[in-house]
Amino acid sequence: MKIIQNGSAGTLESSDILIQVNPNKSKGINIHIDSVVKKQFGDEIRQLIIKTLQTLEVDCCEVSVIDKGALDFAIVSRLQSALFKGAGVDMNICWEEL
Amino acid sequence: MSQLRRTMLYVPGNNPGMLRDAYIYGADSLMFDLEDSIALNEKSTARFLVFNAIKDIDYGNKEIVVRINSLESGIGEEDIYAVVAAGVDVIRLPKTETAQDVLDVEAIIEKAEIKYNKVVGSTRMMAAMESPLGVMNAYSIATSTKRLLGIAIGAEDFVTNMYTSRSADGSELMVARSQILMAARAAKVYAIDTVYSDVDNEAGFRKEVALIKQLGFDGKSIINPRQVNIVHEIYTPSKKEVDKATRVIEASHEAEKKGLGVISLDGKMIDKPIVDRAERVVTLAKAAEEQ
Repeated sequence: MKIIQNGSAGTLESSDILIQVNPNKSKGINIHIDSVVKKQFGDEIRQLIIKTLQTLEVDCCEVSVIDKGALDFAIVSRLQSALFKGAGVDMNICWEEL
Repeated sequence: MSQLRRTMLYVPGNNPGMLRDAYIYGADSLMFDLEDSIALNEKSTARFLVFNAIKDIDYGNKEIVVRINSLESGIGEEDIYAVVAAGVDVIRLPKTETAQDVLDVEAIIEKAEIKYNKVVGSTRMMAAMESPLGVMNAYSIATSTKRLLGIAIGAEDFVTNMYTSRSADGSELMVARSQILMAARAAKVYAIDTVYSDVDNEAGFRKEVALIKQLGFDGKSIINPRQVNIVHEIYTPSKKEVDKATRVIEASHEAEKKGLGVISLDGKMIDKPIVDRAERVVTLAKAAEEQ
């Protein structure tokens, strides 16, 4: 999946996460995490983001997250949503691959 | 029809906190909403949330229903593929007007089940009628497919279409409720009543639940966790009712042994309809106890 534009999903409400993805002008993945539980779960959030990017075969993009204590399913959902928006894809998603 | 569907709790599909916590309130079914409670620009993000919630959260044996967008909206088909892939129990159609509406959705569900290696027919359906045409066609909708386990009335759209509004006594809904109920009973499917939106009016809510129980509805769509226990309390048979029903059933068994068609209990005639009602009371009580 190629990220060609800004994609954003989520909110700053409790138990949610706001994720922005953008094309990366240089190569590779850049991840910036701001979280209320960064000390305890920062590494896990990063790993979850990397795993989700790998599943969708995204190898070049900027990911910026502001986490308000979201569970894994919410982090993955918001990231998937932001990535598909960033790729300009809204329909005919291969759900079995997510 | 022994499974309890007294309460079907609406959960907005775009709220991760509510999707996470919904099961703790004890509703019989959870209904994740992708339709009217979701703004147009939030539809796809809600779909991802509902998809992952169904896939990843352990809701135990709680029945998971998803209200999808209509096919006419252009996004209903994507909703179906997402929730079938995730393993949803029941898909609820909004604004159903004809049996063909159900069959059109069923055809896509079947394609999705095949695509995602699910057992064909394992995804059940519900249909909500929200217009005069839908209510008029209630029986043909209720009998349109074996997948359909129940029909429901959606009152807000219905009363708008009828050029009226909702009132405290629900008189504007009496015909529609009765029509849907009769269709459900004739088709042997569940009948689920509409939401009660004034969540702070507990007295009004209790009155409405008592009314729909007396009419014969199996349960009610609800929008607030505070409404769960009230519905369950009204719907669960009391010990006195269960004791009486048990005595009726015992008397009927006794009569059967003696080859008697009609019997008397406490000076009152007991015949088949009374025994049937008693059996339903005991079934409901047992199901409530197990739940």
